[in-house]
This record gives sequence, C-alpha cells and structure tokens, in this order.
Amino acid sequence: MPQPLIEFQDFSFQYFAQAEPTLRNISLKIYPGEKLLIVGPSGCGKSTLAHCINGLIPFSIRGKSSGSLKLKGQELASLNLFEISKTVGTVLQDSDSQFIGMTVAEDLAFAAENDVLPREELHRLVREAAEAVAISGHLKHAPTELSGGQKQRVAIGGILSDRVEMLLFDEPLANLDPASGKTAIELIDALQQKTGAAVLIIEHRLEDVLHRDVDRIVLMDEGRIIFDGLPDDLLSTGLLRQHGIREPLYLTALRYAGLDIYPEMQPHSIRSLRLKAEEKQKLQAWFEQTPPREVVSGRPLLFEAEDIHFRYDNGFAALRGVSLKLHQGELMAIVGKNGAGKSTFSKVICGFEKQQQGKLLFDDEDLMQLSVKERADHIAYVMQNPNLMLSQTLIADEVALGLRARAVPEDEIRRRSEEALRVCGLWPFRNWPVSALSYGQKKRLTVAAILSLNPQMIILDEPTAGQDYRHYTEIMEFLLSLSQRGLTIVLITHDMHLMQEYAERAVVFTDGRILADDLPSAVLTRPELIAEACLKETSLFALAKLCDIAAPEQFVQRFMDFERRLREQQSGKGVNSGQPL
Amino acid sequence: MVNLFNYIEKESPVHRLSGASKFALLILWMLAAMLSFNTPFLLILSLLSLFFFRLSHIRLGEVRFMLIFTLVFLVMNNLLIYLFSPELGVDIYHSRHLLFTIYGRYTVTQEQLLYHLNVILKYTATIPIVILFVATTHPSEFAASLNRLGLNYRIAYGVALALRYIPGLVSDFQAISLSQQARGIEMSKKESLFKRLKAASNIIIPLILSSFDRIEVISNAMELRGFGKHKKRSWYMSRDLVWEDFAAIALGFILLFYTIFWTVWNGGRYWNPFVA
Amino acid sequence: MNSMMKKSFSVKGVVALGIGTALFFVLMRYASVPSPLPNTTFGIQYSVQALVSVLYGPVIGFLVGLIGHMFNDMAAGWGVWWSWVIASGFFGFVMGFASKNMKLDDGVFSQKDMVVFNVAQLIAHVIAWGGMAPLLDILIYSEPANKVFAQGLLAGVSNIIATGVVGTLLCLAYANAKPKQGSLEKE
Repeated sequence: MPQPLIEFQDFSFQYFAQAEPTLRNISLKIYPGEKLLIVGPSGCGKSTLAHCINGLIPFSIRGKSSGSLKLKGQELASLNLFEISKTVGTVLQDSDSQFIGMTVAEDLAFAAENDVLPREELHRLVREAAEAVAISGHLKHAPTELSGGQKQRVAIGGILSDRVEMLLFDEPLANLDPASGKTAIELIDALQQKTGAAVLIIEHRLEDVLHRDVDRIVLMDEGRIIFDGLPDDLLSTGLLRQHGIREPLYLTALRYAGLDIYPEMQPHSIRSLRLKAEEKQKLQAWFEQTPPREVVSGRPLLFEAEDIHFRYDNGFAALRGVSLKLHQGELMAIVGKNGAGKSTFSKVICGFEKQQQGKLLFDDEDLMQLSVKERADHIAYVMQNPNLMLSQTLIADEVALGLRARAVPEDEIRRRSEEALRVCGLWPFRNWPVSALSYGQKKRLTVAAILSLNPQMIILDEPTAGQDYRHYTEIMEFLLSLSQRGLTIVLITHDMHLMQEYAERAVVFTDGRILADDLPSAVLTRPELIAEACLKETSLFALAKLCDIAAPEQFVQRFMDFERRLREQQSGKGVNSGQPL
Repeated sequence: MVNLFNYIEKESPVHRLSGASKFALLILWMLAAMLSFNTPFLLILSLLSLFFFRLSHIRLGEVRFMLIFTLVFLVMNNLLIYLFSPELGVDIYHSRHLLFTIYGRYTVTQEQLLYHLNVILKYTATIPIVILFVATTHPSEFAASLNRLGLNYRIAYGVALALRYIPGLVSDFQAISLSQQARGIEMSKKESLFKRLKAASNIIIPLILSSFDRIEVISNAMELRGFGKHKKRSWYMSRDLVWEDFAAIALGFILLFYTIFWTVWNGGRYWNPFVA
Repeated sequence: MNSMMKKSFSVKGVVALGIGTALFFVLMRYASVPSPLPNTTFGIQYSVQALVSVLYGPVIGFLVGLIGHMFNDMAAGWGVWWSWVIASGFFGFVMGFASKNMKLDDGVFSQKDMVVFNVAQLIAHVIAWGGMAPLLDILIYSEPANKVFAQGLLAGVSNIIATGVVGTLLCLAYANAKPKQGSLEKE
C-alpha cells in the first residue's frame, strides 16, 4: 500500500458556535489517484470534512479539534493554507462566490497571478485551462453572463493550474440543471484520467454522481462514518434510505417490485445492471398490477396567457408568443434551459415587466389594469433565495409585513398571520427570530408571508435548489398540500425529480416559446425534448426498456403514481401538523 | 454586460493607452483644471480634451446619457451659484463693471459672467476626459493599473472585487425591490417620511446581509487559491507601457506644473483682465 | 496603527472593501429615497458604509466611501466632485474609530452601542457636510460660501436622518443574525 494522501485518525471537530461536535471520531484514508464519493444528509458533517482536508479548518474557521489528520504523512495543522492548496484543489459548492475574477480569463488566472507568474505565462495557462474545461469561447465573459454549469467549469479550470494531487468537489451538482450536472460528472472523470489526481466528491445526489464509476463510497450521518466501501455493496444495503439519502430510482423501482438488491447485480449504474429473467418478469408483473392514477378534470379555469411577446430594452426577444391556461388547484412545472424565457414569463405575470403584446387574464379580469401590488393580491411570487425576501427580525412581523402595508386592521392581521403560519408549520416558532430558522424553514416563511395575502396562485422559482432529499421532500410535500387545498402552483425548476414526482403537468420553454405542454413522464421520455430543455432521461425509462416492458412511458408514470400513493399513506396529514423541520 | 464604466470596445490611440497611464493623466488633468481659474488655460484644456475625444472614435450618441446628466448638473450648479451669490465675481476680481440689473440684488456684471465662464470651462475641460476614461478603459484593466501606479495590491484587488460584484448587486437590488413592492412596500413619495425609510430598510437589509454573508465564503475561496501569499502579484490584464503612455503621463505633469507655476508667477489663482 | 492596517488588509478586509464599495455604489446610484426637500434624496449608502466601518475599521470605512463615491461620480459623468468624495471617506473613518469597542461580529449591539453609533454618526455627518465638504468647495472650486453651506446643511440633515433610521436598523439586523458561541443546538 502506498502512503495515503489523506489520513484521519480518530479525528473530531467542533465549531465555535456549535454546542456539539460536528465530526466525531473520524478514521479515514484516501490514497493517491483514488475516486471517492462522500454522501450524507444535510448537516451530517460532510462539508466540514472537506474543509478539514483543504485546510480552511483550522486556518480560517474557528473551532476545536482532536485526533490526527495527516496530509502526505505530515500533520496538516503544522502546514499552512498555501502549502495545502498546492496539493488539494477545492471547488466550492457556491461556484458564484468562488468566481473571483471579473471575467472568465481573469478567474482562471487568479491562482497563478498570486504566484506572481509573468504575464506571458498567465496567458498560456489560461488558454490551457480554458481548453481543458471547454470554456475557451467565453474568456471575456463576466460571471453574470454565464450559466451555473459554465461557472462551475471555470471553478474547475481555476484549480488546474496548480497541478494538485487531489481535486475536492463540495456538492458540485447543487446548482446545476440535469444536463449540466451530467456534463460536470463526465468532465471530472475525464480530468482525473488525464491528471491522475485523487478525486473526492461530496454530494447527496447519488444517482447523478454514479453516472461515472467511483472507487469507493463513504456514507456519513451525525458526524460519523456509517459505511466505507464499494458502491455495489452499499447499494445492496438499506443504509441509504435509513439515513435520508435517495437511492437511484431504478433500484427503488426494483424494491417496489419485491426484488432484493445484491452486489452481483452491479447496481451502481443502470448501464451495468444485470437482471435475471425471473427478476425482469417480477418487474413486469409489478407494472401490470399497479393501477394508473385517475386524472382530475373539470377544474375551473383560473389564469390565461394569450400570445405574450416580450422584448428587453437591449433588443433580446425573451418571449415570442406564449399562450398558456392554468386551472384552479393545478401544480405545474415550467422547465427549460437558462435564457429560455421561464423567468421572464413569471416576471410578466407578476407585472415586474410589461409585455409588448398579448393578453393576461385572471378569473376573467384583465391583469393589465392592475399594479404590481394589486396583482400580488391574486398571484404571489417566491424568489429562489429566501434570504433576499426576508427583511424582518421576528417571524410574526415578517408575515404581517404585507398586510400592514395594505392597512389591514391589527386583529385581522393576527387572524390571517396565524392561519398562514399554521398552514406552513411555523406556528410553534412564531416568536422566534427569523435568523434562527434553517434554510428550509426560511423558505416556508417566505411562502407564509405571501399566503397571508390570500393569493389564489403562487409562482416559485427553484423552490428546492441546494436542498438535500429530506428537506426537498418536506418543501415539496408542503407545496403539494397547498395545491390540494385548491391553490394553483407554478414551479420554475431545473430539478427533474421534482417535476417528475410532484408536477401534474410540465411545460417546456425554449427560445421564448412553449415547446411542449404534457405529462412530466411524457416529457422525460421524449429524446428531442430532453436535449432541447437540457433535461436528462430518467433511469426508470432505461430500466423499463431493460426489462422489455412494452410501454416504458407508462412504466415511468405508474412508478410516480405508486410513489405518491405510498407517500400519501405514510404521511397522512403529517405536513400540516406544525412539526419542526 | 452591465458595466459601471460604460466601456465601449474600439480600436483607437486612446484605447491603446494602458489603464495606468490614462488614470494618471486623468488625475493630474483633473487636479490642474480644479486648481486653475486661468481662463485662457482652461479654454486650451477644453479644446485639448475635445481633441482627445475625437481621437477615441467614441461617438456622442454612445455617451449621450452621461452628457445629459452632466448638462443638467452644470446648469443647476450655475443657477444655484447665481441665486446665492450674484456678485461673487465682483469679490473675486476686485472690480465691478455693471451691465444691467434684473431685479434687486440680482445684477449682471462682467466679473460675474467671467466667473461663470470659468465654472463652465472647468466642466468642459474635465468632463470629456472623465467620459473618455470610463468609455475606453476596461474595468479589469483599471484595477490592474491601480496596482501598477503604486497602490497596494490588496486595495487594488478590493477595487477589482467591487467592479466584479456591482452588476450582480444591481440585479439583486432590482429583484428585491420588486418582490417587496409586490408585498406593498414602497419608497416613493406617496408614503410618509419615516415609512419611506422603513421601506428602504426592508429592501436594503436583505441585500446587505446576504452580501455580507458571502464575505467569508469569498475570502475562503481567495485564500484557497493563494491570495496574499506574496508581497506582490501579477495581473493577467496588465499591459506593458509604450512611449505613448509615458507621453500621456508627461503631459499630465506638464499641465499640473504649469498651473502651479503660473499661479505663483501670477500671485493668485485668478486670471484677472479687469485690473490692469 | 500597524495592527489596524493588518486587520484591514487581511483577505477578509479586502473582500469587505470590495463588497462594501459595490454596495455603496449601487445604493447611491439606484436606491433613491426621495427626501421631503425638493430634488434631494436620502443617502442610504452611508448606512452600509457605517456598518462596514463598524465591522472592519476606519481604513476600510474610509476607502469604501472614497472609492464608492468616486465611482458614482465617474459613472454619472459629471466629473469627480472631490470635496464631497473626500467627505464621504471621512465619514467612514470616523465611524470606524468610534466603534472600536463594539462586538457586532459576536452578535452584540447593546443600547450603549446604539447610542455611541448614533452620536458618532451625528458628529461625523456634521463635520463632513457642515464643515469639510463646503470648506473644500470654497477652497478648491471657489464656490460661494452661502451656497455651499446651504447645500452641505441639506445633505447633512438628510444623511443624519437616513443613517439614524436605516443604519441603526441595519446594525440591529446584522447583530441578530449572528450566532453566539455554543448557542446552536439541534432540537
């Protein structure tokens, strides 16, 4: 065995502001050239582990540690941050914050500039790095002009100039659409093959990372290592589900069909999966037994957009004839790549932008007559980042803000706030400061703050971005319960699971037009749509084909219906009971 | 790209100058114009600045927006000066040649007109240069040039970061304003004074707190890539100085020294044709 | 003085300078809150400058005002009005000094801190707009004294009101959002 690159021995760490340690008695070795995946739910300590490896702990973040952590045989705390960064290159979760330079080229040059390399050298390194991460066409672009996937490629390119021995990725998929996520995983794989560096990926989106093989998976929860071994072995256990990590969908389907997962099946990827004939038959049988869900119909029309055209001041035509009808209580997802017009459409609906052509009707009323504030009484908009929406210190004040601005009497405010807080499960926290809430709770609070205005329709921009499976489920179950109360919900999203599991209807935007308006399962199984909207084919589709199921689209749909019924049975009325997240 | 500096990419002798020499010339030029009330000199500076403007191939239409602002500011300022001190020129030039009287203390004298001419010339001498600087200097190069001019690289990088974050903050600010407006929060005149300021807080507090939250993440990212490792750093966007750059810097010093020299020789800042 | 410079130019200080300047500029240019006086707006950018100064000291506070205001003038196109630019920087410098003993980063903004903050901002604004800016106007630009003092008075009063309301709320919000040592427990 060669000397490990990283070696933890009985290592623990506690943050300054935390009452308890975040990492407990970690022992872990990482060898040169290895590819390792660390999974675990939010707050399990996996990002903290990454910060220990790249030296931010102890050199930049306050806290106390015990045990030993060695980098190439030397105690890490005896080195300094600059020495460590020559061995370990880090791509942070937030690739926008990691983007330091004003343009792509400057950001790629950043590390080399700090090493005072001559200018010709900088230009050569930038050219090489840009080529390695396929961003050469955008060297002069500013971060605001790039998509999440492009920013991440820049971040990766930015650590290549140091010829590091280890590449560390902290939640590389968090802010990416499915297609960019897939590309990122492929890029990471290609870079490893080229440089021979060890790769450590920290993620909770397991199935997406396993798009390319990894050598080893470490499962963490509550600061401890639960499992450390081969992917096939981990997937054959029930550990992932126990610890709040979503296993690959095709495996869930196999379990629903009553099959056992075992390592010889090679469950780590849908492409490597080996099923025996009788196992395939079992899945077919499950498919035939599972009844399709009845379709709700006859709901009254609530909102109608008719031939909307919108052009920005700079001449960019963001919407080119969009027509759409929404019914009361519908839960619809709008998908499509960046710049397809999704956000612009929601801005036009809310009155933040005015269309040059086309009609907007709400309950047969012409929306053009109404101001931004008046429209908000009917249609509410929830921004992606709750931190940008919350301005009050106390939760109760946040919910009352909009009502006070409308001069609603105080006792009426109290009644409506209470209702909104109860619906959102925040009633027990009503006297807490906003800052004490978790991200998911803050998201709920932003919804509560607009629900108090009694809108009939809510538009949410990326409601689950950056959330792990447990928080994701909580947020989405909560939204589902709202839609069951008759609220119309529009989700703008990149998240395929979200669309697949929760939306009744998926609208695909491309180049300012609606390309498709159909069932999510239909959208996710049509290759031309998938490519156009930067989506990714669901592995369920591949599984159905593998098992020779005649109608693979139907299989995807039934799987989702089955899951939904299962969740409804399990959760019952759980969502509205005011349980803390 | 939303850019603060309204950079207009072109091929011209002015664009070819390095940001460092342009910034040095800008500062020296502004100092000279600021200190001087030497009317003929200001006239020459104005003509010179218009000449450079032509040299840059920037068309008036491309900077119209800035020019309108300037014109309004110019008119307002002159108007205010006159309203407050209609005979300031008489004090300055120690003589009084009355032309006519508008009403009461509002007289029109040759001295006052000359003073206003000076104020206007100061604008015409500097504004084309400022506009020229912001339109022909790439923001990235600006930060690199500050370091080149001897400013500590940490401060220069602070400036670079400011320019990096401005476009994003502008769009965040607009998004927050709209979402708060939808909730009924307004900063406009319709609301009472205190409510207006409360509303402003509601909009800026989320913006500021979320930006401050990022300071730690950004500084971590910078440290992980070796920022602050050495006493100096190199810049991707820096340029080598050519003879035109040295000529520009020399011109700046000549203008400033001339102003100082002339002031001493003249025994005051004012060119005074009234006292023989 | 040396340790102060060190704190200012830690990597965090550099980032605070960048973000602070950007915020100052954006608020000065885009967040115009009309004040009761004709054609004037409240300078709410001084609230963020005050916060940066409290957190990162007088040097960063000074630079944020100086560079932010200079950028604003350059972007507006009317040339850099140095007298006011320098006064803006001065405001941050005073705020940074006055708040040396505050522990805002540990989540503390006591009533005493609030009084100190407001007395400091009052004094700093009075000196900046009541003295410094108009005197420099007279000295540099030979502007009429009554005009520049009237303009300084207007700016000073509205800046004091704006910083008093928005700046105080901002410091409170910042302190409230900071976790205290060992205070975060899983429930």
